[in-house]
Amino acid sequence: MLRRAVLLLWLVGLLFVVAACQQQPAPTATKPPEPTKPPAAQPSPTKAEAAQPTPTKEEAMPKEGEPYKLGLVLSITGPASALGVPERDTALMLMEKINAAGGIKGPDGLMHKLEVIVEDDATDTGQAVLATKKLIEQDKVHVIIGSSVSPNSIAMAPVVSEAEIPMISLASSTAIVHPLLKDFEGQTIQIPGKGEHTVGPGETVIYLSRLYDVDPKAILEANPQLPQELVRPWVFKTPQENYPVAQVQADYWKAKGVTKVGSLGVNNAFGLDSRLAMKAVYPKAGIEIVADELFQPKDKDFRAQLTKIKGLDPEGVVVHATPGEGAPITVQFRELGFDVPLVQNHGIGSKAFIDLAGQAAEGVLFPAGKLLVAETLPDDDPQKPVLLQYIEDYDKYTNGAPRSTFGGHAWDAVMISVQCLEKVGPEASALRDCFENDVKDFVGITGVFTWSPVDHVGIFKESLALIMIKDGNWVFVAPDEYANVP
Amino acid sequence: MSLESQLLQFLFAGLTLGSIYALIALGFVTIYNVTGIVNFAQGDFAMLGALITVTLYQRTGIFNRVITVNLQLPLPLAILLAVVLTTLIGVVLYLIAIRPARGASVISLIIITIGASIALRGLGLIVWWTDPYPLPVFTPGPPIEIAGAVLTRQNVWVIGTMVAIVVGLYLFFEHTLLGKALRACAVNREAARLMGIKADHMALFSFALGAAVSAIAGIVITPSTFMAYDSGTLLSLKGFVAAIMGGLTNAPLAVAGGLVLGLVEAFGAGLLSSAYKDAFAFLTMFVILLLRAGGVFGQRLAEA
Repeated sequence: MLRRAVLLLWLVGLLFVVAACQQQPAPTATKPPEPTKPPAAQPSPTKAEAAQPTPTKEEAMPKEGEPYKLGLVLSITGPASALGVPERDTALMLMEKINAAGGIKGPDGLMHKLEVIVEDDATDTGQAVLATKKLIEQDKVHVIIGSSVSPNSIAMAPVVSEAEIPMISLASSTAIVHPLLKDFEGQTIQIPGKGEHTVGPGETVIYLSRLYDVDPKAILEANPQLPQELVRPWVFKTPQENYPVAQVQADYWKAKGVTKVGSLGVNNAFGLDSRLAMKAVYPKAGIEIVADELFQPKDKDFRAQLTKIKGLDPEGVVVHATPGEGAPITVQFRELGFDVPLVQNHGIGSKAFIDLAGQAAEGVLFPAGKLLVAETLPDDDPQKPVLLQYIEDYDKYTNGAPRSTFGGHAWDAVMISVQCLEKVGPEASALRDCFENDVKDFVGITGVFTWSPVDHVGIFKESLALIMIKDGNWVFVAPDEYANVP
Repeated sequence: MSLESQLLQFLFAGLTLGSIYALIALGFVTIYNVTGIVNFAQGDFAMLGALITVTLYQRTGIFNRVITVNLQLPLPLAILLAVVLTTLIGVVLYLIAIRPARGASVISLIIITIGASIALRGLGLIVWWTDPYPLPVFTPGPPIEIAGAVLTRQNVWVIGTMVAIVVGLYLFFEHTLLGKALRACAVNREAARLMGIKADHMALFSFALGAAVSAIAGIVITPSTFMAYDSGTLLSLKGFVAAIMGGLTNAPLAVAGGLVLGLVEAFGAGLLSSAYKDAFAFLTMFVILLLRAGGVFGQRLAEA
């Protein structure tokens, strides 16, 4: 008994020491977080205290509020490091730039520093979830940004939804913002006017509406057993979905007169989504998918799959991968002596792909954001000035690191967050409402965004360009030219 | 592409892949025979060998691009130096991690090698960051076409290297005094010691040999698969599976195990389903283990 009492005393003492060391999280240490109220709502009472110690440094800014915190979960190491590194650098660059100008002027009239907290998930789903929880519970961030890849983002979506913190994903899958019909896999649902459909892995209501060309709301009405929610209320994303990417690919195949293609995709949520988009778009464009091969993430040898595809004599090959696997696939594709066009998706939109695949990358085509070919865009493109400014800033900040569309996704997420923090402050539900209702014609790096209660992606085919790799560089292919490239 | 040429293509892919697994498995077997340790850092030696070669051969920024190594040695010299350096790392690993724990149980020693693997991967991450690195093909030129299937020159290099090393090791073990001493240690350590063979030196040598063979394996596959700091893990795993298929003590069987594993993966992915490529490999291992139940780990671990 005595020992326990002593131990308890010790613990209490320790708590005091911890509380004394840290000024900010002190109130939360004694109060358990309430599930109904987002923790972001708490800062208001402590604002006055926190404002006092800081003003001595800054003379120009008379009053300074608590920092606005963005929590980034990025794949800085592991196979998707080519995505996470430029995303981190872009976010840190923006933080530096915004804070150098004094910070963000909140709706309370105070200036708030922008604080970007970056966590590395090592391209691992479990670590992404842990990092998200840490950012929400310990760092009390106002917005979660990330992760870089789809499987991680999909796993993070329920976590932020439960904590009611808005999240902006930097990955492409449809299932990030649209709830997956996971619990209904294998069951049949009614498609109004089109009969029945058996739900498969990775499918969403929005996917079915595209596959069958029906209104997504009509599908929900016809199937009252489904969760009556088209988008996850707390989750948004900045990259293009795989659906418009497949549309641009299909436009290219059509222009070339190609009617049968072989597909090779990574066996994870990203590959699944990209392949589903392909299956929804290609058949409507009269393109037959003769092979649908898979490989495991981190695989190094793809010759067996490529041989199988070659055996089916396709007129073109489409690959769903990121540079880590996309580059060896391209090298082995050339080794095996294919003589058909190789089209990939926006997963390879970083210079790392060209560096790795070298000579083999020549002639590879892929749809991606306009950032890669910003200089060659027509002058009346609304994004051109923003793109050129970002390229200049990023080049200066990183000492000449090559630009990548992934950094652009992070730019969009951070700047949209900043715009809403400026407008409504850090309160979680107000931020969410701002994302949903006040992001209109936002000219970003990935596209011109218009978010709404039914659309948390807000960019379409127009935000993409078909890009060809030529002499180790990205070259813009105008739609009229599709038929004339390899 | 006809079915025959497809099958031939799977055969080529499987043999190439299998050759690498065989080489890593040989490293496992050599070290296990002499010391009784399963060295899980085997695949990381392959990673080190390849990345050191890249660093010596081309302009490479290391330590987060703080230091730029610009030696640009000719490829054969870079490979030779990289193999020597990796061998030294293997020796150092033995001296600082394994040797001080000589008296410990085999399981503790195995856990030390797992730690060593994590440490080497961490070292790789610090030095080379997360980027995968390529190497040029050893002899550029068009691939060889046989009955509609293509065999690239690099594949020939991979398979040829495997054959050369297997033959070389055979000659070494059968016809040199050092090789015979190593075999003696493998057969009966106590008796070998009584005959005046220094078991400690032999253990050191087995680590050097294991590291060298793995480094060569890593270098020959890098032109077509690239190498990153974490590529060693999968190689360790597959090499271990191959070694287990050979009973962990039998070098020729381990080589056969590596080739079978490569072929199963290639044919399984090509003819059945590419989604279950790795599953086929592990399924094969289970079947073989079931067939020869208890023969693999059984004895030595029971002793320990």
